[in-house]
This record gives sequence, C-alpha cells and structure tokens, in this order.
Amino acid sequence: MPDDDSATRAWSGKRLADLTLAAVVAGDVSVDDLRIHPDTLEHQAQVAEAHANPQLAQNFRRAAELTGLDDHDVLRIYEALRPHRSSVDDLVVLARWLDDRGAHRNATLVREAAVVYERRGLVR
Amino acid sequence: MTDPLPTDSAAAEDLTRPVGRIRFMDAQAVNLDGFAVADPALGLVALASPGDPEPSIVIVDGVVVELDGKRADEFDSIDAFIAAHGLDVTVAEAAMAMSDVELARLAVDPNVPRAEVVRLCAGLTPAKLTRVLAMLRPAELTMAMTKLRARRTPSNQAHVTNRLDDPMLLAADAATAAAFGFRELETTVPVLADAPSNAVAVTIGAAVGSPGVLVQCSVEEAAELELGMRGLVSYAETVSLYGTEQVFTDGDDTPWSKAFLTSAYASRGIKMRVSSGGGAEALMGGAEGASMLYLEARCVALARAMGAEGVQNGGIDAAAVAGSVPRGVRSLMAENVMVMMRNLEACTGNDALMSESHVRRTSRTLPIFLAGSDYVCSGFGSIQRYDNMFGPSQWNAEDFDDFLAMQRDWGVDAGMRTASADDVAALRRRAAEAVRAVYHYTGLADYDDAHLELVVDAAGSKDIGDPDTFTTLTAARTIMESGFTVIDVIRALYESGFDVEAERALAMVRERVKGDYLQTAAIFDEQMNVLSLVTDPNDYAGPGTGYEPTPARQTQIDAIRQQRTVEDLRREQRSAAGAPFRVVGPAAPGTDPREVVIGLSPATGRDLWKAMSGLSVHEVLDELLAGLEEEGCVARIVRVNNTVDLGLIGLTAARLSGSGIGIGLQAKGTALIHRRDLPPLGNLELYSIAPIVTRELYRTMGANAGRHAKGATPVAARNPYTDEAIEARYHTTVVALVAIERGHCDPGAPTEEVTRDA
Repeated sequence: MPDDDSATRAWSGKRLADLTLAAVVAGDVSVDDLRIHPDTLEHQAQVAEAHANPQLAQNFRRAAELTGLDDHDVLRIYEALRPHRSSVDDLVVLARWLDDRGAHRNATLVREAAVVYERRGLVR
Repeated sequence: MTDPLPTDSAAAEDLTRPVGRIRFMDAQAVNLDGFAVADPALGLVALASPGDPEPSIVIVDGVVVELDGKRADEFDSIDAFIAAHGLDVTVAEAAMAMSDVELARLAVDPNVPRAEVVRLCAGLTPAKLTRVLAMLRPAELTMAMTKLRARRTPSNQAHVTNRLDDPMLLAADAATAAAFGFRELETTVPVLADAPSNAVAVTIGAAVGSPGVLVQCSVEEAAELELGMRGLVSYAETVSLYGTEQVFTDGDDTPWSKAFLTSAYASRGIKMRVSSGGGAEALMGGAEGASMLYLEARCVALARAMGAEGVQNGGIDAAAVAGSVPRGVRSLMAENVMVMMRNLEACTGNDALMSESHVRRTSRTLPIFLAGSDYVCSGFGSIQRYDNMFGPSQWNAEDFDDFLAMQRDWGVDAGMRTASADDVAALRRRAAEAVRAVYHYTGLADYDDAHLELVVDAAGSKDIGDPDTFTTLTAARTIMESGFTVIDVIRALYESGFDVEAERALAMVRERVKGDYLQTAAIFDEQMNVLSLVTDPNDYAGPGTGYEPTPARQTQIDAIRQQRTVEDLRREQRSAAGAPFRVVGPAAPGTDPREVVIGLSPATGRDLWKAMSGLSVHEVLDELLAGLEEEGCVARIVRVNNTVDLGLIGLTAARLSGSGIGIGLQAKGTALIHRRDLPPLGNLELYSIAPIVTRELYRTMGANAGRHAKGATPVAARNPYTDEAIEARYHTTVVALVAIERGHCDPGAPTEEVTRDA
C-alpha cells in the first residue's frame, strides 16, 4: 500500500502527486480531492494493528466505510446516535441503510447501540 | 503579593482571632485555593474509594460476561462498550491474575519493554488498572511516564484565543505560539458564531509561524466536525468522555455516538483525540461514590475501546477539584500514565489553572515536565490570562520565560523554544497581513493599517482598542453560508502573495489524504515528517536510552534570549566609558594626617565604568570625594593593580594614606573603609550589596572615612537591605565583572596614582 506520495490517491481518485498549489490556483482541486481514500484508511488500520492497537484499526475500518457518505449523512447518523434521539426501530432502519451502502461495521455498531440503548433507557 | 497584616484595633481585641503568624499565613496566595476533606460519597477522593468495585473479569467463549464485579445484564452503557470492544480477551485472564504490585513494577522497570506493559494492560479492567496506578509513588510515576509515553520526542500544545475573536490578533498570536515551539494550537470562541473565522485565522497564523502546526477549534461536537470537513482545522480534541453513564448522557452523548464521531473524523482524514479527566463527574454531582482515578480509568478504557488515538486528561476543566483533595495532583499524573499504558497518545493536562499559587502550579506540572510527554500541556495559554477563552491556563503568556528557563535549568525538552524579538515582530506582522489579505480577497472583511499596527505590537487584546466585533461575526457567517473551505484559504493566500503560507496550508491538507498523522501521538516536525508511535516510538530503557535532544535542539533549549557572555558585559561596560583616568606615576606613601587614599580595582576606568547600582564609577567617586571634603579631608586616588581582593585594595590604599585610612572600591560598586594596622579581611565599614548602594550611602562612606582619619565618631551607616533575589539578579554579572578585573590584574604590577582631571 501507499508509502510514497505518487501512489496515494484521494477519495475522488485524484493522485496525491497532482494535489499541487498550481492545481489549486487553477481551480482543479475540490474538497473531495482532499478527502482520504478508504484504501488508505485500510492501510492505516494495518499499521495500527501492527502497533498493538486493534481498536484503532477497527476505527479506521469503520472510517473507511464512511468515506463515501456525504458530510450531511455523517452528521445525521451522529445525531441519531446521541441519547434519546432515536427509537429502536429508527436505529434498526439506520443500520439497514448503512448495510445498503456497504457500511457493515457501522451498521453493526448501530445495532449494538440499539440493544444497549433499549436496556439503559437511552432510546427516544 | 504579600498583603500587609490587618491590624485594626477592634480586631486586635477579638480574642478568637488567630495570632499574627497565622494571619500572615492566611494572607498568602495559596490560601485562595479550596481544600476539601476527602468525601467519597461526593466523589471527592483521588486514588481509591470504598465505592470503587473489586477488579474482576469473566470471559466465556471469548466474550466478557463480567467486568469489575458486574454481570453483563448489569452493565451500563460504558461497561457494555468496554466489554464489547475494549479488552484483549486473549491476555485478560492472565494479566488480571497478576498482583497489583507486580504490574506496577513492570510499569516502572526500565528493563521491561514498553511493548510488554502495553500487551498486558490491554487485558486489564478499569478497576484493576486503577489499583496498579494508585501504587505508583510520584517519582515512580515520573519514571513510568518517561518510559511509557508513546512518542519519543516530547511536544506541547497551546491555546490561541482572545476576548474579541479578532482574526488578525488570533493569527499574530498563532504565529507567535508556533515561533515559540508549540506544535498544536487550539482555539475557541467567546461568541460561538465566530468559530469559523477563528479557525481560518489560526490556521493562517500557524502557517505563517511554522510548517506542520496542527490546529483545532473547540466548539460543539457537530460544529467542530463540520469545520474539520471543510479543512479549516486539522485535528479535534474536545470530544468529551465521562466516567459515569449519567454524566455521559448529560453531556448529550453515548459511547456509541462518540465512537461514531471518532470514525467520522478519521473518515475525513482528521486526527482526533478524546478528552476526559478526574474530578469532572464530582463537579457535575454524578460521581456515584467512586474515586476520581477509577472513573477516569473507565474513560481511558472507553477511549481505547472506541479506537481514539489519544486522550487529553489530567484534570482538564476539573483539575482544581482534583487538586483540592489529598493526593489529587498525584492522581492527575496517574491518569496520564494510564493513557500511556493503554497505548494511546497522552495530552497531559496542565491545562486549566488549578491554583492561585505559583508554587503549587509549578509543583503540579514539574514531574510531567521532567518526564516528558506527548504534549506536556494540553493547553498552554500562549496568550495572556485575560485573553484565554478557555479560562486561564496553568501556564500562560506571562510564564513563557519561566517555562523556557525551567527547560534550560533541567536540560529537558518540554516543547518550547526561544524566539528572538525580531522574529516575533516579523512573524506577527506577516500573520496579520496574511489574514487581512485573505479576508479582503475572499470578501470576508477589510481591515485598515491602523488596526494592523496595533495587532503587531499588541501583547493582548486590551492593546488593540475597541474594534467592531460585528465584522468578525459577519465574516464567520459568510464562511458558513458560502461553503468556504480550506481551498479558498489556500488560493487567497497564493493570490495575495503569501506563496509560502499557501504551500504550508496545502501541505497540511495533503497529509489528510496520506493519513499517517492519524496514527497514535502524531505531530509534524518542521520538515513535515510525521513523528508518532509508528515513526518515532519511545525506546526508553534506562539511562543512556530514549529521547535526548539533538545538539541543535539542545542549543534552542539552552540559548534563551536573556543569556549573556562576559564579552556582552565588556561591550556594555565600554559603551558606558566616562572621562579617562590619567596615570600620574607609581603611588608613593603620603604624610598629610588629613589624607585619605581611595584605592580602585584593576579594571576600573579601563574596561569597567559602571557599578551594578547603575551609577558610573565617576559618580561613585564624586560622592566619596564630596563626603571626604565635608570632613575637611584631602583625597588621593590610586589604582591597585596586583589584586582583585577588595580587602587588599582597601588595605593597600590605607597603607599609602597619610592618615592610615583608605577606601577600597571595586568597579562593580562594592566599597569598604580600611585602616593600615588591620588584617586584610578586617575593615571598618563595608557596603557589600553593590546593586543597592545609593549616592547618599557613598557620600556617607566618604564622610565616615574622613571621621576615621580625624579620630572622630563616624555616622552609623546601615548596610541597605532588600528581600529581592539580589543574588539571582546579579551573581552572573559579578562573575563576569570579576573575570574582567582579573584580566587586568598583574601580581608584579605596582600601584599607580591616577587623576580624573579631564
């Protein structure tokens, strides 16, 4: 996986090597070109695992799944997971929505939350 | 700082009033601090409470079904998350079976690799790790921190804020903080809606100050994430965790929402650590009878379980609560070490001011400062106390030089460096200009030259007058509503002629795409190398190992701007040169019984011209001669060339004197009266504290020498007294002055008579 700039790609697919000041000034760079690619996060997950932190690796893998979501959706899911915002059903629907977008680890996290929230009175 | 004792007569008659010694003690600054009797029911207890659970773990088929005395169906949301994600079940049973003391020794022993401690701690429950940490004494905590912190190279983080959210001042202060070595800058707002403007301003100022400085803007969780997504900040830290479910929920989050938020930051390539800290739950009335260290142990375990790369803890906002109870300060440091044992980045508090006493706040920081930490302070107030919108920090702009002197005293790297006056001036100007240019180019706001000049020179926001804060609010609103991003900042910097800063800002966002700085304890050095657990792992294994400043870095630590050489002093003295002393010839004994001889030290009137009091050598002589004249005495001046010893100089003068009375005077201003029949170290009067001898005292000395010569009674002259650290102020100068005197001293050289007639 990418250790040199030339091989690394942004979420948009643009090569890191093309993220130059000249390109910014020419208007050839958008915010999406400055977003991290899921493959890069997978690489970072492997590095974290190799440095005795599997939880950090899991975080990077959940993050990799979220790279494809709009900012708006990311903020919406965070809001839904806050206390007393969602019913169990809401969370189940949200988990399915995440599954549909290939975000299975995040879906699992949401399902896990639904169980605990119901037991601990954190649902809406 | 010491107030006079209250001594009104009514109070004096109050027999219940404490005696003066106690009233005097009561009036000291430390007694403004609150001190609480430990009260476990309220969570006002540091290291252990009867309410803390017994450590335990039960694992069935790889699943944690009991944690610290609770069965799975009793888990609250924090237990549940830790049980599901936080513990290494392959090592837990073996690690939990080890005794507290055995584990505590592993943490301290330099022969046990950090990796082994980390491996075992991954299986320890919060209650177990609490007991292990509670065993470590302060010096052992210092050793443990030296060995267990993730990153080899220590660093430091600063707050950059002001009362007005003035963007140009924020940028100038961000550049200043970067110049003084801080590698992370944290801003926040007094007015929430200003946040986007602050983020932009500090990002620009940081880019002016140095490449690779990380920036965050601490606001409400969702707002902070949005700033990050737009690239306007490069890390986040104020994602708060709490040790009880109730307080966690009151904070409007759950472990799952925070875990998701953690991933959300990583999904945009933004570094993020969480924030917790002992005393927070007690402060919110929700400690549930547990000790501060145990509740914090739950937070730290949760941080690891969520996959956060690091933790800011060690009291933070509730540091003063922890500081109020016995062993509370020790507990704050134990929290930090616990983070390191969990293999996370430690941003080690020393953040909110925890005492009115300079002694206590220094004491609180010192062991961490000495051990070195990923960030010694999780918020050194780089601005003045009044401008810190987080509240005053433990260390502030008022303390820059203290902190730098402490680094130099101990020879340790606590993340700061000296910046020259010229560099600071130039960086502040460029930062203010850069922000002005970007705000102008993007149509956010326009600022005039007068404001710029005020900002460059300002020591704080009270020095920039009363600017229109609505301008900032409007700029912030425009940033939010127009979809403004870091790309707009980079383009505006470039188009306005700030190419270097544009490159630096771009370099920071390129790093998001690479993601290496998402790893534990990552900072950038000035060459944009990532220093982290991965690239710069702490390898301390006893003396001679681990972090040692490079020679270049050691020079930065040592070369504070106040240091002086003997040559600096020689130049300064020469620039104060007065009318020359003309040598008449070898000094011969006098016969006039009214004669008093003044003996000068070898360098007087050669290299040395100014006494430590600030009086010139001529002014001192003028006063001595005037005093002698008052008594009708005749004076003669000689320069004693064969000794620097003041007693011998005075005795030499006395032996040449017709009256047998002489005055010895060193260029630094120390003076004495001598008599020819006394031993060298005996003398009649001595003014030993040269820096505080006044003209009047020299005149009195002259007159007294005259009275001694005449056999009259001298006026009782008191040596002046001061309670200032006079030796700290002047001893380095004395060493240099004596060295210069010695340079002019020749054991074979005769004493010579000199005159001052121009």
